[in-house]
Amino acid sequence: MSGVEYISPGTVAEAISALQAAGGNGRLLAGGTDLLVQMRGGRAKPKVVIDLKGIPGIAAIREEAGGFIIGAAASGALIGEHEGLRKAWPGVVEAANLIGSTQVQGRASLGGNLCNASPAADSVPALIAAGAICVIAGPNGQREAPVETIQSGPGKTTLGKDEVLMAFKLPKRPAHSGDAYLRLIPRTEMDIAVVGAAVSVTLDAPGKCISARVSIGAVAPTALLVETAGSALVGSSFDDVALANLEAAVAVACKPISDKRGTIEYRTKVAAVLARRAALIARDRAQGSDRAQGAAS
Amino acid sequence: MSDGNQPPVDFKVVGQRPIRPDGVDKVTGRAQFGADFHLPGMLTGRIKRSPHAHARIVSIDASAAEKLPGVKAIVTGVDLDVGAGGDIEAGEHAAAMKDVAANVLAGDKVFYQGHAVAAVAATSPEVAAEALDLIVVTYEILPHVIDVDEAMMPGAPVLHDDMYTKGVTPKPAKPSNVAQRHVMGRGDVKAAFASAGVVIEGRYTTAAVHQGYIEPHACVASWGADGQSTIWCSSQGQFLVRAMTARILNLPLSDLKVIPAEIGGGFGGKTTVYLEPVALALSRKCGRPVKLVMSREEVFLASGPTSGASMDIKLAATKDGKITAAEMELRYQAGAFAGSPVNLGCMTAFACYDVENLALVGLDVVSNRPKVAAYRAPGAPMAAFAVESAIDDLARKLDMDPIDLRILNAVKDGAKTVYGATVRYSAFIETLEAVKAHPHYKAKLKPGQARGVAAGFWFNIGGESSAAVHVDEDGGATVVSSNPDIGGSRASMAMMAAETLGLPIERVRCTIADTTSIGFSGSTGGSRVTFATGMAVVEAAQKVVADLKRRAAQTWECDIAHVEWRDGVATCLDPSKNVKPLSMKVLASKSAKTGGPIAAEVSLNAQGAAAGYGVHVCDLEIDAETGRTTVVRYTAAQDVGRAIHPAYVEGQLQGGAAQGVGWALNEEYVYNKQGLLDNASFLDYRMPVASDLPMIDTILVEAKPNPRHPYGAKGVGEVPIVPPLAAVSNAVSALVGKRMTALPLSPVSVLAAMGKG
Ligand SMILES: Cc1cc2nc3c(=O)[nH]c(=O)nc-3n(C[C@H](O)[C@H](O)[C@H](O)COP(=O)(O)OP(=O)(O)OC[C@H]3O[C@@H](n4cnc5c(N)ncnc54)[C@H](O)[C@@H]3O)c2cc1C
Repeated sequence: MSGVEYISPGTVAEAISALQAAGGNGRLLAGGTDLLVQMRGGRAKPKVVIDLKGIPGIAAIREEAGGFIIGAAASGALIGEHEGLRKAWPGVVEAANLIGSTQVQGRASLGGNLCNASPAADSVPALIAAGAICVIAGPNGQREAPVETIQSGPGKTTLGKDEVLMAFKLPKRPAHSGDAYLRLIPRTEMDIAVVGAAVSVTLDAPGKCISARVSIGAVAPTALLVETAGSALVGSSFDDVALANLEAAVAVACKPISDKRGTIEYRTKVAAVLARRAALIARDRAQGSDRAQGAAS
Repeated sequence: MSDGNQPPVDFKVVGQRPIRPDGVDKVTGRAQFGADFHLPGMLTGRIKRSPHAHARIVSIDASAAEKLPGVKAIVTGVDLDVGAGGDIEAGEHAAAMKDVAANVLAGDKVFYQGHAVAAVAATSPEVAAEALDLIVVTYEILPHVIDVDEAMMPGAPVLHDDMYTKGVTPKPAKPSNVAQRHVMGRGDVKAAFASAGVVIEGRYTTAAVHQGYIEPHACVASWGADGQSTIWCSSQGQFLVRAMTARILNLPLSDLKVIPAEIGGGFGGKTTVYLEPVALALSRKCGRPVKLVMSREEVFLASGPTSGASMDIKLAATKDGKITAAEMELRYQAGAFAGSPVNLGCMTAFACYDVENLALVGLDVVSNRPKVAAYRAPGAPMAAFAVESAIDDLARKLDMDPIDLRILNAVKDGAKTVYGATVRYSAFIETLEAVKAHPHYKAKLKPGQARGVAAGFWFNIGGESSAAVHVDEDGGATVVSSNPDIGGSRASMAMMAAETLGLPIERVRCTIADTTSIGFSGSTGGSRVTFATGMAVVEAAQKVVADLKRRAAQTWECDIAHVEWRDGVATCLDPSKNVKPLSMKVLASKSAKTGGPIAAEVSLNAQGAAAGYGVHVCDLEIDAETGRTTVVRYTAAQDVGRAIHPAYVEGQLQGGAAQGVGWALNEEYVYNKQGLLDNASFLDYRMPVASDLPMIDTILVEAKPNPRHPYGAKGVGEVPIVPPLAAVSNAVSALVGKRMTALPLSPVSVLAAMGKG
């Protein structure tokens, strides 16, 4: 029986060489709240575990050009405590903070949530709606890619075998902007999303929607960006017709399966409901009102 | 409130809320649970389990595994030796030892995914895991059946070709999956239905649910070179583990010592064995101690859930709401082997009500699921779900208050139950009245909310128990209990001893003895410990008091009739003697001069356990767009006799309600088409988490203390899981606008019922 080798590189270059050296038997470790559980259950059997947290900046959050750079391994707890981030991107923060429990929050990262590539990952729809960009390091330097291009199926990503996700870039927020994430779980916590929906909007001064992004989770093999749902809101004041169009667009985009967690009918119906509710919370936040905060379903 | 049978309540300790003596160890992690024992040279055991729902074992080839360095022993079903067959009384129902043995290590067939097939003991967990992979089991896969109604259909795959339905005459010509047919009844049901003012009908189903204890099964077994062996394990009864393990390995009881660990929950699920005989068989083969610990997945796959049920019910009543007759067929899943609690379902179904004409049929049905184990009031919650739903329908149909309707039909002392017992010391009506008077029941509901009410019954048992009370040399006392402490029984045992001895509670400690250190006892189950073992403790303490009085009389050279024992002090009532009172401390320090150590042990078979009745009220709301239910207020009332430690009694009520709400809303075993369990983890087997529930309010009804117990105790641990299924479902049905008949009431099923799924 061979054991598992644990290494903790101090630079991204070392991490990449370690990945290459492991030749397919290496796994990156951020918080480990997915990876260690999978190893214990026998579903993941790496020979080398490469801990990313020693790479400078990868577990930190900083502001840049009015936007934010969230390190791929920054914990949910750190994200939740970041005043500026909470104000600018309440939907991203609430999604990140829904992951697990207080204990899990101390470790769980957005990078791990995305790269574990569960269709139900909570932070992913919120990051997609926010228009977040991934900063990815590889043997030939860095590249950037939108979050919605990373997951390619359950447990699968478009990252190369020797690439490391370094950070998420969140753009500077225009005035009158707001975002929100809602998920449906049968319980109140420690559960996995049956459906998730995130909406990010920007309004003009009178309150008309000038841009909107809608993303849904757990209703397809990956989280989806539903552009038609965003378009349904643009130009509207969130009137019933616009909201009905949003719901219809979401329902059409859903490609769910029936499984132990929900049926196709249920997921489709509730995705539309949650998208509508999230849109209204995002609007309220954009208008500077936090009335709807915490109204997660 | 008092029924006059009891002495006036002027207790000093009973009824107080002292800190539990095992509490600090449990919150600091010092307590030793089943997995916490380590011995020098100990090996890691692992169990190889069936990947199939139903298959014949063609062959097991362990030769490669045996050659792996570090593998010290491998056992399969042939290593068991179920001595003389027969049954063992396991708490609430008898266990057929042949089946228990075939469950811990399969014979020639596997009957469910996760069924144990072989076990290894190795020098490390890694080697043990590798060895499991090297054991080659060849199966002939057989068709399987999961659903209870399907298992009864003609043409269903038959699990056991020697299973001919018992309770049917003449004996059926062919084997089937119906292990037994129970029939109970009285009166003339047909006539009563013919003249009924109102008839209510329904078909109800509930899912199999797991006890969900936080501690997975775990044990260490060590075979001695001379055949004397020891097992350390967490269970609900060290004597039961001894009996079953000894029977399965054909050992004399006196050669096997079982040392009880702390137990992290059992709820009935630890009233049987899964690991202990296997670990001991491994240890016997290699002469080294072996530890076996289940993973959570193994707990779900291979330890007992309780039965899912399918039931048909029909009630007849007068236009005024008096129930005149009931007909019910209950079909319970037994799992892979006979022995569902369907007979208990039949017995309890109408135990709350005085119904003249009854016809009950219970069917015990096997299917390719893990063998069911006891779960808190085994068999009663499902039956109560159907009965209390039907009664709710009746209340709605007659536009009657649900509590008034139940008061009208409630059993009273002196009534005969369908299973022959006479109702005694019951406070069901008082419990219903207490709920009616409670602020919760009077509170107005907010728009979008509904309220459900349901009742429930459990027998509670007595039975065989042993306990000792030792007076320590410094005048304190040690209570030796024969029952694992699951719900705080160390506290209640110590309290009853302290009350009887006249000592402050801090001066009495309680320990749980192994099988060689105290007389036999039945398991911690059936809500029996405070009643039965408590009775043994009190009798032992009374013997000690008698002895102390004798010693005081001897010291004073007076008649023992002149010695009074009060508050831990002997006082001489003989006016001719000018002597100072003798405290426990003084008497203990001088015990050598008055006859030696002061101690007493009592073994008894406690009779006179009194049944308990519960009434629960649940307010909830439903998100009409997602079908998600939120319980907003919950109150559990119960006839508890007298609460020895009220906080722990309240805890029992709250815990039972929480488990029952989970049963009602989300818990279920989900099987795929291959007959494999799809949700063997706490992620997808959804028990309630703390934030799912409001603070559960409790009402302890002490109107009728049990006169057969020295302090009036009735069993309290099981009743509270009986009412919640219907309490929740009755409220959900009110909001949905139609009768919900299938549990769980998950968001998906509720939204579908609302016509919006
Ligand atoms: C009790 C519990 C509750 C949970 N509840 C939720 C929940 O409510 N919602 C939810 O969405 N999830 C939940 N999860 C899953 C998990 O916590 C999240 O997915 C979490 O965000 C994973 O982050 P991590 O840092 O722990 O990832 P890790 O386990 O460290 O990594 C996960 C995967 O991503 C890869 N990876 C990690 N970082 C990188 C990187 N920078 N570049 C490339 N690949 C990388 C790893 O190799 C691994 O394959 C729960 C888990 C547990 C144990």
